[in-house]
Amino acid sequence: MGVIIAKSVNEACAVLAENPATTVLAGGTDLMVQANRGTQSLESVLDLSRIPELKKWALEGSEIVFGAGISYTDLADPQIAALVPALTQAARTVGSPQIRNAGTLGGNLATASPAGDTIPVLVAMDAVLQLKSSTENREVAIADFITGVKTNALQAGEIIQSITMPVFQGPQEFLKVGTRNAMVISVVSLALVTDYSGRKLRVGVGSVSPVPFRATEAEEFISKEFDWETNSSLSEKVINKFSELVADATKPIDDHRGTAEYRKHAVGVLAKRALERVCAGERL
Amino acid sequence: MTSEVYTLTVNGNDYQVVDGHSSESLLWVLRERLELSGSKNACEEGECGSCTVLLDGEIVCSCLVLAASAVGREITTIEGLGSEDEISDVQKAFVDAGAVQCGFCTPGLLVAIDQLLNSNPDPDDLTVREAISGNLCRCTGYGRILEAVRIASNNRTAQNEEEKSK
Repeated sequence: MGVIIAKSVNEACAVLAENPATTVLAGGTDLMVQANRGTQSLESVLDLSRIPELKKWALEGSEIVFGAGISYTDLADPQIAALVPALTQAARTVGSPQIRNAGTLGGNLATASPAGDTIPVLVAMDAVLQLKSSTENREVAIADFITGVKTNALQAGEIIQSITMPVFQGPQEFLKVGTRNAMVISVVSLALVTDYSGRKLRVGVGSVSPVPFRATEAEEFISKEFDWETNSSLSEKVINKFSELVADATKPIDDHRGTAEYRKHAVGVLAKRALERVCAGERL
Repeated sequence: MTSEVYTLTVNGNDYQVVDGHSSESLLWVLRERLELSGSKNACEEGECGSCTVLLDGEIVCSCLVLAASAVGREITTIEGLGSEDEISDVQKAFVDAGAVQCGFCTPGLLVAIDQLLNSNPDPDDLTVREAISGNLCRCTGYGRILEAVRIASNNRTAQNEEEKSK
């Protein structure tokens, strides 16, 4: 059937219902690498990149909703940066301008790489994905959506329609380690999100386990120690303990990008640095 | 392998792609089927930027665009810069600054820099560096490339002021 360029979500779902084996194409920044290597044959393709409703975002009460087709470039919108700064920071670290123009939030999730840059942020915020097929709409929490290394909970005929997350009050930080600034697949990444009203610090880590996850023990520790009235600096002992707890929660592997030992060390450094920045951040 | 006929709009001209098969990248089709070999192929994984083209006015790596999905989009390649008789101002700045060594990264850089200056005629250094962060020059001639951007930017700014004062 070649390439079908869908114009609406309903059309896309109808195509997938008829042809569940169709390969879904969003930004192409992962899929085309496989196609160029000859490891992914693209006999029939459904292109989602020209569906206007998938590119929109909106503030709905205390939540922000992103269409799955929003590009990393569009996530750097100052309005979005003011609401979910860590997500904008993460989007800005993706690839290069060329990649950020093409790659999408939904694509990052569907690819479900342990190193997906936006995932630690979404994990820290407990984002929820809205999935759609021709017969059903359902919601899946991010923690249940990514099921393993590059595997996800999408069923045949389903696409990611949107991603919803709470807008938290308080400073946020996303940090990533790579061999240089641009065009880097992260060796370690970490998102720290402050929630003033829930009095909770949320920590998501990436590239240090098969699936990015929240370091809950570290979260509980630091949420008790954090000064919620002034968010003034914490003692070195507390910061080090937090850093240790984050590192201890990870299960990194050795690969061509870094050793497990290095990753454990680096994630601790990122935890410390993010916490210091959050403490130094202005109370909004 | 599905083969089908589709039309791509490149530099304002319509090209029929015949006998293409569905996995082909835009870069491959441009170079091998449409004989537009200005866009270079190096990494084929979006890492090097030497295949940079504009898709509806935005820079992308053409190696990561599925050719048949670019139907109906406005594609601009390095061949679309300047004219038959005259090279573009950014191309001229590259010549003046001596910013071309082996030349392999040059077409991608020219497309990226032209797009940058179209949206921001007077970018600061950090903006320039970020704008070309996806274009690798393995001769490492970045000093002169940055100099070329400065020259082109100064020329455009001067030209804009001249036009304003007219």
